[in-house]
Amino acid sequence: MTIATPPYDDVLDRYDPVLGLETHVELGTVTKLFCGCSTVFGAEPNTQVCPVCLGLPGSLPVTNGTAIDYTVRIGLALHCRIAEWCRFARKNYFYPDMPKNYQVSQYDEPLCIDGYLDVDVDGDEFRIEIERVHLEEDTGKSMHVGGSTGRIHGATHSLVDYNRAGIPLVEIVTKPIAGTGHRAAAVAKAYVTELRDLLRGLGVSDVRMEQGSLRCDVNVSLMPKGATAYGTRSETKNVNSLRSVERAVRYEVERQGARLDGGERVVQETRHFHEDSGTTSPGRSKEEAQDYRYFPEPDLVPLAPAPDWVAQLEASLPEPPSVARRRFATEHGFSDLELTQMTNAGVVDLVRETIAAGAAPGKARGWWLGYLVGRANDAGVEAASLAITPAQIARVGALEDDGTLTNKLARQVVEAVLAGEGEPDAVIEAHGWKVAGEDELVAAVDAAIAASPDIAAKVRDGNQGALGPLVGAVMKATGGSADAKRARELLLERLAGG
Amino acid sequence: MNPLLAATATELAAKIAAREVSAVEVAQAHLDRIAEVDEKVHAFLHVDTDGALAQARRVDDGEISGPLAGVPLALKDVIVTKGVPTTAGSRILQGWVPPYDATIVERMRAAGIVVLGKTNMDEFAMGSSTEHSAFGPSRNPWDLTRTPGGSGGGSSAAVASYQAPIGIGTDTGGSIRQPAAVTGTVGAKPTYGGVSRYGLIAFSSSLDQAGPCARTVLDAALLHEVIGGHDPRDSTSIAAAVPPVVAAARQADVSGMRIGVVTQFKGDGYQPGVLARFDESVAILEKLGATVEEVSCPHFDYALPAYYLIAPSEASSNLARYDAMRYGLRVGDDGVASAEEVMAATRDAGFGAEVKRRIILGTYALSAGYYDAYYGQAQKVRTLISRDFASAFERVDVLVSPTTPTTAFTLGERVDDPMAMYLADLCTIPSNLYGGPALSLPCGLSDDGLPVGLQVMAPVQADERMYRVAAAVEAALGSDKLLEKAPPL
Repeated sequence: MTIATPPYDDVLDRYDPVLGLETHVELGTVTKLFCGCSTVFGAEPNTQVCPVCLGLPGSLPVTNGTAIDYTVRIGLALHCRIAEWCRFARKNYFYPDMPKNYQVSQYDEPLCIDGYLDVDVDGDEFRIEIERVHLEEDTGKSMHVGGSTGRIHGATHSLVDYNRAGIPLVEIVTKPIAGTGHRAAAVAKAYVTELRDLLRGLGVSDVRMEQGSLRCDVNVSLMPKGATAYGTRSETKNVNSLRSVERAVRYEVERQGARLDGGERVVQETRHFHEDSGTTSPGRSKEEAQDYRYFPEPDLVPLAPAPDWVAQLEASLPEPPSVARRRFATEHGFSDLELTQMTNAGVVDLVRETIAAGAAPGKARGWWLGYLVGRANDAGVEAASLAITPAQIARVGALEDDGTLTNKLARQVVEAVLAGEGEPDAVIEAHGWKVAGEDELVAAVDAAIAASPDIAAKVRDGNQGALGPLVGAVMKATGGSADAKRARELLLERLAGG
Repeated sequence: MNPLLAATATELAAKIAAREVSAVEVAQAHLDRIAEVDEKVHAFLHVDTDGALAQARRVDDGEISGPLAGVPLALKDVIVTKGVPTTAGSRILQGWVPPYDATIVERMRAAGIVVLGKTNMDEFAMGSSTEHSAFGPSRNPWDLTRTPGGSGGGSSAAVASYQAPIGIGTDTGGSIRQPAAVTGTVGAKPTYGGVSRYGLIAFSSSLDQAGPCARTVLDAALLHEVIGGHDPRDSTSIAAAVPPVVAAARQADVSGMRIGVVTQFKGDGYQPGVLARFDESVAILEKLGATVEEVSCPHFDYALPAYYLIAPSEASSNLARYDAMRYGLRVGDDGVASAEEVMAATRDAGFGAEVKRRIILGTYALSAGYYDAYYGQAQKVRTLISRDFASAFERVDVLVSPTTPTTAFTLGERVDDPMAMYLADLCTIPSNLYGGPALSLPCGLSDDGLPVGLQVMAPVQADERMYRVAAAVEAALGSDKLLEKAPPL
């Protein structure tokens, strides 16, 4: 976990932060929003395109009903009101990755309005109010070639991949989030985490931030403590991990605080987030607000979700993640503290899956919370992004339980799996790692006793504290592969019997 | 003239079906006619000789039959054709070969219709004379110094000059009906949503509608039935069967029908000869057993300004895609210029003056701070016009008016005066704003010896009514023979 740097808390002693989060979610529909093209990630550029998503002259959109279904589900899960009648709108602006130079989106008539999501931050509940949930088409993807940064500046030419163009994208916009105080960054992260879990539970998206199927724009502003008028906000675009959401808020709080302290104004602008440094930098300057010339999309008919259908969807919603977590904790005997720790570390699902794969609850929690979260932090990634699966952890746990691995060996195996050496069993086989057998152990125990008769005598006289050096000798003799507990038992057994 | 050229589509299809003549012979006769006269008329931008003959052979081989199998057709170049260049009359699409067919093209192919080629039009269907075509104007077969109307002047001129018995036009504010009127042919705009727009290059999505051009009302109805009907690829397409237009055209009986004469469409700016022919037509309808009454549609007076806000607004967005990035013209790509610079240079070079005028107008009308006063207000007017139609149709079955205030104007006469040009669509625009069907048929010659059009407007999804009325007038006036009075080319 990142330790708060003094300036962040220092700034928030003097200023109240106001956040706003706009989250884009690529829906997991099989086909695009307005045509039959596949949405599968990672295909050869421009192979999942047709006249409609390329915006060829004469082509027309037809709305994918599943995308409407998914959007309404999201709205309902966020306690929104579902519009009885609404329209798509065209958002007009020129950009090479937009096939039509307008994006079919929703403007003043979103599908879902006025909801909320409760999030838990260290045992305190924050209610994040949702302004709207709307559906729109994604754009293509520009790749700038020839520059050093991959950004357009300095590039010699650009390529556009339209595979992503037309993939259904849901935008979830919060109302301004005030009153978080010092916990602004934690609240932002908790909100996106909770939202991700909720979306995953709904089965409407694979919510992979690293693949861009969940992207977040983070708005931050500061106002003097006690003020009611919000300050000027910055909008940090495309923040692509939970950790980055937290870091982006921290950085913007510190940066804006420094500016305000120095008597400077915060400029309303979009900013880029840099994963490596955890900083933001100005994006394209918006000297004046862009005029998107929104108007109702005349190629589509209005949406009018039937109330019966909406009620049916509402009745079929899965339990919310907070309820699911609580049930999970009760089922496996985790305490409130343990649940909070796992939630904060973002490993609840991983622990759940590890238990499902056969591990004991305590062991599953121990591996993730006690070891792997630390490894993830070292690597600057989410625990879920580590190159090890819950099933692999469960397997290592099982091998530990049946005595095949010592705890030390188990860690070595996990490290090897993380390093990409393969499945736990293959790693053990390849390295020849195994716990010393009983015969080998007995031989080592006898040798250790024979080599140190004085220590053996002390133990025989009842001084069990003297046993340490003998255990050490056994471990050394077996190259560390012995189960220390079993070695201790054997030593006591032989000494008592001798 | 080869009698195959003078024959109607109905007659040709019957002869081909009876094997009195082959579809290939019919296609060849029309291709020969194009080669002979189109230098003067300039109806076609592209002639697809190979494609036409191949389709004709399929009909002759018995692969396809139907009421229009083997009939040649002139297709407005705003309809997308797979493998055949499609320009929408614009330089910005020069060289583009579409990878797909419009729905109506698929339907026509399946019906055995032989597409001869793509016809000239005002750029992106913006205009009333074809003078805004990037490839030079078409000429009116009645008088080569005059325009054949627009934007679909190419298709109407082709039909009027016997280069094709039928054609396809598109009508956003009158682009099928006004050319039909000034060339002495029939043109129908179906109910909005009655014919698929999939593959119709958009000018104004909420107004555009493809429809038939022909020399007789029955031929128009037959083509209407082929291209009409629900298309799942067009969300605005009506999920209902095509109204019984062919049966209505055959019925040709107006006895007992109630006809409304729109009071707004007369007076200043209307040529006396046009009003005289119109009044005669109304008298004939009465004689045929219809009742006639005057109907006031007060908001029709605001149709033109509303149209010139709504259509350009949608166009400014629809035409944004022509940016040199994916297809069509690319100008100024010197390896140094930015994408934005190439886009700007291409659009500057690729669009003509009228298209630019409308993009600027529409962009302005949609901008923040002006939207409510322009686009928003125009939408309200649109609603009022629809209400005028609705209340009129409570009293009458159809409305009638002259199709255009004047007969064909001369080339160059209005090209530098946009307002004068726009007035050519004064009577046709209301039906587009309302979405109802409307048809123009010839009703005689004006004092200047040029054809006059009678417009019949019907309620949404009652397309058959206008065919019924038009067929009756046609029979009574013999207006299907009017073209015989045109001077030979």
